[in-house]
Amino acid sequence: MLEVRNLVKRYGTHLVLDGVDLDVAEHEVVVLIGSSGSGKSTLLKCVNLLEEIDDGRIVLDGADISDPRTNPDHARRGMGIVFQAFNLFPHLNVLDNVMLAPKVVHKVPERQARDRAMELLAKVGLAEKAKAYPDRLSGGQQQRVAIARALAYEPKLLLLDEITSALDPELVGEVLTLVRELAASGTTLLMATHEMGFAKQVADRVCFLDGGALIESGPPSQILEAPEHPRTQQFLSRIIQAGRL
Amino acid sequence: MSAPSQLQLERLAYKRSRAQKSTVVALASTVVFAVAAWLTITNAPGWPRVQASFFDWETAKKSLPALLDGLWLNVRVLVVCGVLILVIGLAIAAVRTLRGPVWFPLRALAIAYVDLFRGLPLIICLYLIGFGLPGLRLSGIPNDPVVLGSIALVLVYSAYVAEVFRAGIESVHPSQLASARSLGLTHSQTMRIVVLPQAVRRVLPPLLNDFVAFQKDCGLISVLGAVDAVRAAQIESATSYNFTPYVVAGLLFVLLAVPSSRLADWVSRRAARRQNAGGPGA
Ligand SMILES: Nc1ncnc2c1ncn2[C@@H]1O[C@H](COP(=O)(O)OP(=O)(O)O)[C@@H](O)[C@H]1O
Ligand SMILES: [Mg+2]
Repeated sequence: MLEVRNLVKRYGTHLVLDGVDLDVAEHEVVVLIGSSGSGKSTLLKCVNLLEEIDDGRIVLDGADISDPRTNPDHARRGMGIVFQAFNLFPHLNVLDNVMLAPKVVHKVPERQARDRAMELLAKVGLAEKAKAYPDRLSGGQQQRVAIARALAYEPKLLLLDEITSALDPELVGEVLTLVRELAASGTTLLMATHEMGFAKQVADRVCFLDGGALIESGPPSQILEAPEHPRTQQFLSRIIQAGRL
Repeated sequence: MSAPSQLQLERLAYKRSRAQKSTVVALASTVVFAVAAWLTITNAPGWPRVQASFFDWETAKKSLPALLDGLWLNVRVLVVCGVLILVIGLAIAAVRTLRGPVWFPLRALAIAYVDLFRGLPLIICLYLIGFGLPGLRLSGIPNDPVVLGSIALVLVYSAYVAEVFRAGIESVHPSQLASARSLGLTHSQTMRIVVLPQAVRRVLPPLLNDFVAFQKDCGLISVLGAVDAVRAAQIESATSYNFTPYVVAGLLFVLLAVPSSRLADWVSRRAARRQNAGGPGA
């Protein structure tokens, strides 16, 4: 599904991704962990072609989307991405947020786009909020709408960048429950998170990123309980001390 | 809701009496100040002369029709230029958001334009356009002072307004752009559907402030000989040897500005309230 090869990204002279190799198979759930600043967000943005890469290849479904000849606007349509915050467009109501891409990008007729959007909102449990504006929603509800919106055009791959880290603790659960349902229904997921408990339950594979390099990856039981690399051990012991595992 | 307690009733009564007291004090001090100012001015040694040459009721009445005619020209210039300034300012701001080397020349041009016309004093721009442009004797160049003056106003104010819009565009959170692009929207769709609607809402208060300033600067087209309210006042005062028409014209401009000033206040209060209520998208 997704193959990342030798991905290099610099901001100026600052090397942020240092030759990352990563594969995500269809229906797989891959979780990126790593301390703040390790390059998780940058990796997800590069995969979504929101940042220009400095070396390497990104292949989605057999097509090299990092090839400068591919149209990034087209390539992105195969993926959905949700960020930490500020996902929803505040001047559009929930329904219009979800319908926007189908209508504007994919030229789906109004009626059909609306039905599909309502279906997605029902799926994330927010059909009754269709006419509400984002500032009337809780943070957790906003993130669920953002997920519904990212799913509107049936992406092959869903990218989630710490979608619960800006939420109040009591709102994290509802969002993670939704992600768990998506994972169970076979959505291919690549997500960065600090929720180690969640990673343990849902991930097929956990990848530890440190200083822009992929240090270690494997099944959650191995990476989270018996990491081999000292840096991974260090990171996890800090997380355990903070009481988050 | 239960009935207010005795304590709350007492509190309310006290607050009410205090509010009444403040109103009385404010009114009294205003009246005292106004009377003192009035007495000082009217007792000044030169007051009879000033009154005769600046506040002459007969001259005011006689000059009013000509001044109103002039003001009507100002209003028309205001409306037409206002629309042009909004469109051009927005276009320049949008050009400055274009990324990538292909757009460099256009972007550089926009920056140069803004730098030039934001720095150039309006009065100099008016002279250069008003007297320089027709001096070229090119065919198709208008020599109507109203049109030339309007061109100068649009050139200068578009630069200001472009900067206001740009600040608004840059205040939109980067995740909003990334979200829009990730949904497959093109750059121009992102601008049109996601960024500009938010930017415009945010810059409405400063934009209205610029509009108030623009209203009075419309009077500067008189330096090119356009017979607007200021020029009409000049003509009237020259024929009557009296400055009253200037005072009347000034009052007319103030009256014109009051509604927009109140509107600007109201919009910025509303914007502030909404920003506090909305909070971050978290
Ligand atoms: N737009 C940017 N410009 C410059 N440096 C950036 C930018 N975005 C991220 N960085 C830097 O890249 C590094 C990785 O950031 P990021 O991918 O956000 O890490 P993470 O998501 O793992 O916390 C950090 O050192 C950060 O300061
Ligand atoms: Mg991050």
